[in-house]
Amino acid sequence: MVFQLLLFGITKDIIGNSPFEYKLEGENTAGNLMLQLSSQYPVLKELNSIALAVNGEYATNETRIHEGDEIALIPPVSGG
Amino acid sequence: MIRLQEDKINVEDVISSVQSPDAGAIDVFIGTVRNQTKNKAVIHLEFEAYESMAIAEIMKIVSRAKSTWPILNISVVHAVGKLEIGDIPVVIAVSTAHRKAAFEACEFVIDELKKTVPIWKREFFEDGDQWVSAHP
Repeated sequence: MVFQLLLFGITKDIIGNSPFEYKLEGENTAGNLMLQLSSQYPVLKELNSIALAVNGEYATNETRIHEGDEIALIPPVSGG
Repeated sequence: MIRLQEDKINVEDVISSVQSPDAGAIDVFIGTVRNQTKNKAVIHLEFEAYESMAIAEIMKIVSRAKSTWPILNISVVHAVGKLEIGDIPVVIAVSTAHRKAAFEACEFVIDELKKTVPIWKREFFEDGDQWVSAHP
């Protein structure tokens, strides 16, 4: 499945400009996407935390990804 | 009032937005940009946000606060873009009938905002920059 991945903060330095066209192989779940991203961009594993959001909600590993969903990679937040 | 804005935050406006004849207290948290981090001089900051999700996450925090304390009104305004030393990145105002609830709710909202709301701070130094909290 090919989709536009939204990138913010340090993930733009690691992966590229946002939105980033990305191809996910295999199962369409947030868990599988995170696994594939971490193996392609091992630097992501050095961050304090890394999460995915699907349609503006924090995803769990089981969250399904569908065509047209808004998918974002969320590095450690630092607002306030 | 819950919003993100590029323009300078007007603290008076945020306070006015929570005023109520039923209020006996308004507690206000004002975040300000500090001139150093870990003894390193900061030149300026930039805030980036995933705006739609940031608003949604702030609304979740506000509704948790409202279910915990008897809040009359609550406003959360966060700045995005470039900020200089002394500028105000965030203002939270809470009005309640009695002061204790206002203090507690205001502290809860800023603490939770820092944990879950997708906003990112980049610090700029003389010799480079860093995304805050990105690395252990």
